[in-house]
Amino acid sequence: MPAPCKTTVAVFKFSSCDGCQLQILNMEDELLALATEVEIANFLEARRRVLPGPYDVVLVEGSVSTPHEAELIKQIRGQAKLLIAIGACATAGGIQALRNRADVDEYARAVYPHPEYLHYLPKATPISELVPVDMELYGCPVSRAEVLEAITALLHNRKPNLPQHSVCLECKRKGTVCVMVAKNMLCLGPATRSGCGALCPSCGRGCYGCFGPQPGMDLNTLVPTLRAMETDPRETARLLSHVSGFAPAFAKAAGEIIAEEKKK
Amino acid sequence: MSASKTTEIRSIEVPALARVEGEGGLYIGVKDGKITEIKVNIYEPPRFFEGFLRGRSLFEVPDITARICGICPVAYQMSSVNALEASQGIAITPSIRALRRLMYHAEWIESHALHIYLLQAPDLLGQESAISLAAVAPEVVTKALRMKKVGNSLLRAIGGRSVHPVSTTVGGFYRWPEKEALQALLPELEWSAAAAVEAVRWAATLPYPDFEVDAEYVAIRRPDEYGMLDGRVVSSSGVDIPVTDYEKHYLEDQVEHCNSLHSHTKEGGSYMVGPLARFNLNHSQLGKTSQSLIKELKVQFPIRNPFKNLFARSFELVDAYEDAIRLIREYNPQGPSRIQFEPHAGEGCGVSEAPRGLLFHKYTVGDGGLIQKARIVPPTSQNFARMEADLWKFAPTVITKPHDEATLACEHLVRSYDPCISCSVHFVRWENKDAA
Repeated sequence: MPAPCKTTVAVFKFSSCDGCQLQILNMEDELLALATEVEIANFLEARRRVLPGPYDVVLVEGSVSTPHEAELIKQIRGQAKLLIAIGACATAGGIQALRNRADVDEYARAVYPHPEYLHYLPKATPISELVPVDMELYGCPVSRAEVLEAITALLHNRKPNLPQHSVCLECKRKGTVCVMVAKNMLCLGPATRSGCGALCPSCGRGCYGCFGPQPGMDLNTLVPTLRAMETDPRETARLLSHVSGFAPAFAKAAGEIIAEEKKK
Repeated sequence: MSASKTTEIRSIEVPALARVEGEGGLYIGVKDGKITEIKVNIYEPPRFFEGFLRGRSLFEVPDITARICGICPVAYQMSSVNALEASQGIAITPSIRALRRLMYHAEWIESHALHIYLLQAPDLLGQESAISLAAVAPEVVTKALRMKKVGNSLLRAIGGRSVHPVSTTVGGFYRWPEKEALQALLPELEWSAAAAVEAVRWAATLPYPDFEVDAEYVAIRRPDEYGMLDGRVVSSSGVDIPVTDYEKHYLEDQVEHCNSLHSHTKEGGSYMVGPLARFNLNHSQLGKTSQSLIKELKVQFPIRNPFKNLFARSFELVDAYEDAIRLIREYNPQGPSRIQFEPHAGEGCGVSEAPRGLLFHKYTVGDGGLIQKARIVPPTSQNFARMEADLWKFAPTVITKPHDEATLACEHLVRSYDPCISCSVHFVRWENKDAA
């Protein structure tokens, strides 16, 4: 029997690719220690045994995109002392939120002979649009280090130490040559929250915003710079409309470009 | 209904399958001791990838399709780039191809080690998870995690990160990885290769349920190597076709009870893709260590027991480590890391072998390289019909056992396929009639 004082942790999946849950299973060096420190009470991808709630900490992967999920997240919130949304889907809607700006019924009609069988909400939304969320960990996928840091901080009753700067600063720290300046590549790094370690620029390509908009960053100065580098007039809008495309700052900037292009 | 013994046999209902990727359930309806209904229910929501791929630049496709599956993003990237390169009429260099194969091995390693030890083995060892297994056999789980970790480390060295790596593009790679970073992994890969040989011997001793069934196996094949990155589509019934003919031979249907499409052959039959299908069809192309293990363990082909997907996976793991070691030793990239081209209109299809089976992509590209149409057939939607066909034969053999035992046995059969439900429903959710 588990010791009664152990912190109970549950992991739930909504509309997503499973990648953020996999990041937990990818903690090869820490997984067994973690399973000793906390009681993994409900984590269907990892174990068959399910302990009943309420749970001390609930990690939620994925966005809410069906009526069933909209109900389920409310039930889960009721079982969670602390709810942490993990990853771009749970914090910003994720890649499937790309449908939010489109006519999703048209998608369904174009592809399926029986679109009436499809059940979905008009939008795929972050968890926080439906229930209060206590903490958000960003990224597509979420960073393993950040998940561990969040859980460790909670166990020690301290504030988690999470990155507060942009990808752009990360490149400067690493000494990565700027892909915008040196290679004329579009890059969202100046406006994107760090967490990945500035992976894309160090791979010789521009950032596409996995960790979402960096709070306080001014897209009004970045967007015109990006647009001046475009090879086609929708390139910047498409770059903004990626895995974090429904995050308000990116969605607003992309929406303005699209509106502007339509006027032309 | 009488109070006879048969009425005690209850329907099996697993609302949410554990240790699979994504959300699915299992329902086996029983009436008067006879099975009347079998449904692998999929309630994972639709994500409309083929809708929002339209209008994107072809260069954005590998980053977007990777998000269909966090466990096999490389598979999605590789089938995407194969199809898109075909649409643009470009050929990659041997150096790019070798690195793609190495990258794919890395994904097979992390995914196979995950499935063997964390997802399927607990069923064979009487455990609910690798976490509970670690309490009784910590050495097994510790070894498994070490074997898995090197796959992720290799993927990070090539792609920056293991979930949704960022280095792949249409035409090649954004950059060549550092030779030193790859070579640094050799000791761990060598340790893992030896551990994988032991894993095969261990996998040979596991108490698989005694169950054999005839199935058609489908995989890709190349003349010169174990099919993974590209090749022709072949089957145990004699199909041998170029990828451009795939859609003529394998069709998808809507099935009301399932939120994913079901594939079948043009004759209407079910078929199996994945490790067991590949092993049965292409085992003679595995490396020399696998060949000596096949002899040592006197493996008879075809293996007709779907539970032995784990056994096939363990051989593929040996081969993945062995070939990855060779590719790293020979790594000496020549020429640019990506082929430059001017995107134009065209159409192309591509296949590759995701860890859990054949993955087909097809794209229609318009002027300027913008996607007009996308079609993706993931391995799990090809396996659904096979899983249900197996259950129709298997469930009657276990249904008289205690309810929990019967339920677990049927769940285990589904898990042995390593279904990736997140992949299977990236397009569609067919509403369950019962739930409606």
